[in-house]
Parts: sequence; structure tokens; C-alpha cells
Amino acid sequence: MTGLRDRACIVGIGQTPYTRGPLPPGANNLTLQLQAAVAAIADAGLGNHDIDAILPFVSLGNAEDFAVNLGIEDLRYQATSHLGGACPGASLLNAVMAVSSGIANYVLIPGGWYGFSGRRVREVVVADTTVMSGGVNARDFYFPYGLTVPPQWFSFTARLHMSEFGTRPEHLGAVAVAARRHAQLNPAALMRGRPMTMADYLASPMIAEPFRVFDCSLEADGACAFVVTSAERARDLRQKPVTVLGIAQGQPYPADDIVTRADPFRIGATNAAPRAFAMAGIGPREVDFAEIYDPFTFQVIQQLEEMGFCARGEGGPFVAGGRIEPGGELPVNTHGGLLSEAHVLGMNHFIEAVLQLRGAAGERQVPDAEIGVVTGFGDFGDSAIAILRNG
Amino acid sequence: MDPGYDKPLPLLTGMTQALTGEFYRWCRAGELRFQRCTSCGRFRHVPRPMCPACGSWESEWTRSTGRGRVVTWTVVTRPMHPAFTAVPYAPVVIELDEGVRVVSTITDCPPAELQRGLRVRVVFDAVTEAVTLPGFERDTEQTE
Repeated sequence: MTGLRDRACIVGIGQTPYTRGPLPPGANNLTLQLQAAVAAIADAGLGNHDIDAILPFVSLGNAEDFAVNLGIEDLRYQATSHLGGACPGASLLNAVMAVSSGIANYVLIPGGWYGFSGRRVREVVVADTTVMSGGVNARDFYFPYGLTVPPQWFSFTARLHMSEFGTRPEHLGAVAVAARRHAQLNPAALMRGRPMTMADYLASPMIAEPFRVFDCSLEADGACAFVVTSAERARDLRQKPVTVLGIAQGQPYPADDIVTRADPFRIGATNAAPRAFAMAGIGPREVDFAEIYDPFTFQVIQQLEEMGFCARGEGGPFVAGGRIEPGGELPVNTHGGLLSEAHVLGMNHFIEAVLQLRGAAGERQVPDAEIGVVTGFGDFGDSAIAILRNG
Repeated sequence: MDPGYDKPLPLLTGMTQALTGEFYRWCRAGELRFQRCTSCGRFRHVPRPMCPACGSWESEWTRSTGRGRVVTWTVVTRPMHPAFTAVPYAPVVIELDEGVRVVSTITDCPPAELQRGLRVRVVFDAVTEAVTLPGFERDTEQTE
């Protein structure tokens, strides 16, 4: 299946600074995302009025909120994919379909939040069960037992993985340390200038066993946006295009309950990866770097396994020994990821992949980066996988 | 029963909550029951209007043995919710002998003594007038 390969490109990126407060007067999630949106549109060499489709992130603003501020009088298409942290990748799939079918020409995908200064995830998931699929089940069957936040529910799977396959704390730590090492090379990263060793990792306090503080992503204020158009239109724009080779989304089953799955390790990526790689016509070995949605360290190991970068159960040893660090065989989260750059909903993973594929990643540039993978991971294990190529 | 009970509770009323309400009404009566498809006989939880396996809309609330085993757990050591400040505590996943799994708690087992496969049996905790939560305790009568 190669139907949508080479049909669409990311042609513009924008990002705000990533910070941890204070909340500027008058600012909100929409104003922050509009800043990133305007930057992305300008980066593409377009005007705000050229945008004719908007695919907003779940629960952080409607397409209309963006359109009325950007002065878009004829918005041809809008949609939001309710896949949590996999929403940006799912929106890219939507965008590729829209521009390759002629439904829209220039698609804006924004996402960002005051995730540190505003309401925290731990408050949102409990207060609004409509934000995520499975929120109602969580309210009725998880919350009464004090299982209220993502590090707690994902630790169930991490513990199972450790007892089933011998995955060790040092393997989780290898993901955290690699992210932190990448962040030292990234001026935008919140953890730049704050290096971390394995000993630091192992000494960090437990949050929800087996997750320590340093297994958890960095709640942050920040927004990103990118612009997608057809491969034909991309040729006439300012930036060297980044082409979508493969794109797919997937969900675990059942998607709305994390504890009753016949196969507890199966996630959306298990289903989506074969589709994405088949569309791209390549395999994991041909990937130069990967930006993997990393709310917690374990999710990096799990997604690498389920995407076929290594066999299930071998993810721990796979990430150890520097393979995913700067200069490694498969650099992962070259910006520092949600763990050490900032939790910007995985939107920052797309920005980083585009920078790498443009050859514009500065000190942390992966040499001769030609093909990169970006993943999203959300709710109780939803996934989106994008395979991107320079030019 | 604690009149000042401030922990989150399931929603038992409203158009979408009929099945959840029924699950907890059985708990309030001291019985752990799960939906069982009348057509294909499969148990299911969380409650759903249709059988995902065979498509039947018919089910009956069938009494569970209340016995099962520990599948996995976490030990919460940093409070993340204003009503759950007494750490550590350990939410567990229990697989009942009928095959369904639930998130719950074990009332008589310190977190450090939890282990995979630990046999447990249901106990009920009437936390409010309306809500009784199923929990579990070590099943000392039963040997594997």
C-alpha cells in the first residue's frame, strides 16, 4: 500500500519558547498556540489567509477559534482526532488525505498549552472525563482506588514488562539519560545545562513504582504548529519540503480500558507500524533517527518494540549501551523529548524531525539524516506513526 | 462509613450510567456480579451494552466466585490527588477466576508483600450510603 506516499509535505514549522511559568497576563492556551501558528505559516512563506484547513489538538481550542483570529473566511475543512498524544500524528494523516484529495490546500496543525502554569494534567483528567477515551471508565472504575493519573496507570504495564522480560530500572534509566544528553545540545530544551547521570536517575524519588521522577515528562508551557500541503504545492514554497512517506494511526483493544486487554503489551503502534512502514516501502533498519512520544521512559521501550525496531521484550537491552544517545546507531528524541525538552504534546517531536530533515538541527544534527520516524502516544495507548523524508 | 468521605466516586445515575449503576448496586447488596452474554456465555467488564464477541444485546448479571489473583500493581509514593495523600498505597489489577479483570485494592497486604499470582477474594467497603466499593483480601483458604 503506497497510495499516500510522497503526496504531502510539511512545509512550515513554528514554536514558542518552552518555559515553566509565570503565566503572562492575558495569555491562554489559544494565544500561545496562535503564536506558534503564525510562526509556522510565515516559515512556510505563506500568509495567514492561505490556510484553508485547521486540525486542532483535543480540547485545546476549536478550529473556529483559530480561523477567526487568523482571518480565514472560508475554512474548507477541520477535524480533531481524539487520540490524546497521538492527535498530532493522526492530524497529519488527516492532512495528507485532505491535500492529496484536493479537499484543502494548506493545512494548519497547532498544539500547545500552559501545561505547567495552567491546569495540570493530573487535574484535567480527573475533572473532565470527556478529554480522553476511557475517561468515563477511569472515573467509574479506576479513580475510586486512587488510580488517577497517567504515571500510575502506565506503571501497571511497565511492572508487567519487567517481570515478564527482565526489564530493569537501568533500562528505563537509559531512556531518561539519553534524553537528557540530547537536551544538552538543544538551546530550546528546559533541561539544557542540567545534565543527569544514571546514578542521578537511580537516586530520584519514586512517583508510582517502577516510575521515578526522572521517568516522567516535564510539564511545560509551550506551543508548536506545522503546515502541510501537497507535494506539488510544496515545490513552490520557501523551505525545503519534508515529505510524508508513511502515516498511520492505531488503537489498542479495548481502547477505553487499560487492564482488560488479552495482550497487555499490545498498543496502537502494534497495529499502526506495519501500515506506516508498508506505505513508506521501508523497514525500521532504514530509519536514521526516531522522535518517540515519551510521557514516561517505558513508553519509549514499548513503542520501539511494538514498531519492530527490536523484538518484544528486548527493548530494555536495545536502549542500553548508548544506541539511542547522540551519535548512537538510532538516536531517539534528539531534542530531549517530553522528558528533557518539554511536554508540548508531542508537537515538538514533529518540529524536531523537520529540523533534522532540513539539516537545521545545529549541534544535535544527526549526520546525513534522510529518514526519521515520529510517533504519538495517547490516552490508554493510542498511537500515530509518521515516516518522514528530507526533500 | 465515613460521613466526610472525599475520594472520587463512580457516577451511578444518568442516561449513560445504567450499567455502571447496576454493577455497583450489586456491590451494595454484597455481591460481585459481572455481565455475562446470554448468547455466547462470555463474561465482560467494564459494563457495555453489546457483547463485543458476538454482538448480542442480551446479558445477565452473573455472580462471580469473588476469587482471583493479582496480575500487576503500582505503589503510589507521591500524592497526585488531593484525596489520596496517605502514601504509599497500591492500586492492583485483579483477574477474577471468570476471566474479567478489575482495578482494585487489597485491604490486608502491605505493598511490599504484593506478588504476581497472589490469590485474593472479594470484600466490600461501603464508603458512602450509595456506594460500596469492591476490594480484596488474601485468600487464605484457597491453595493453588
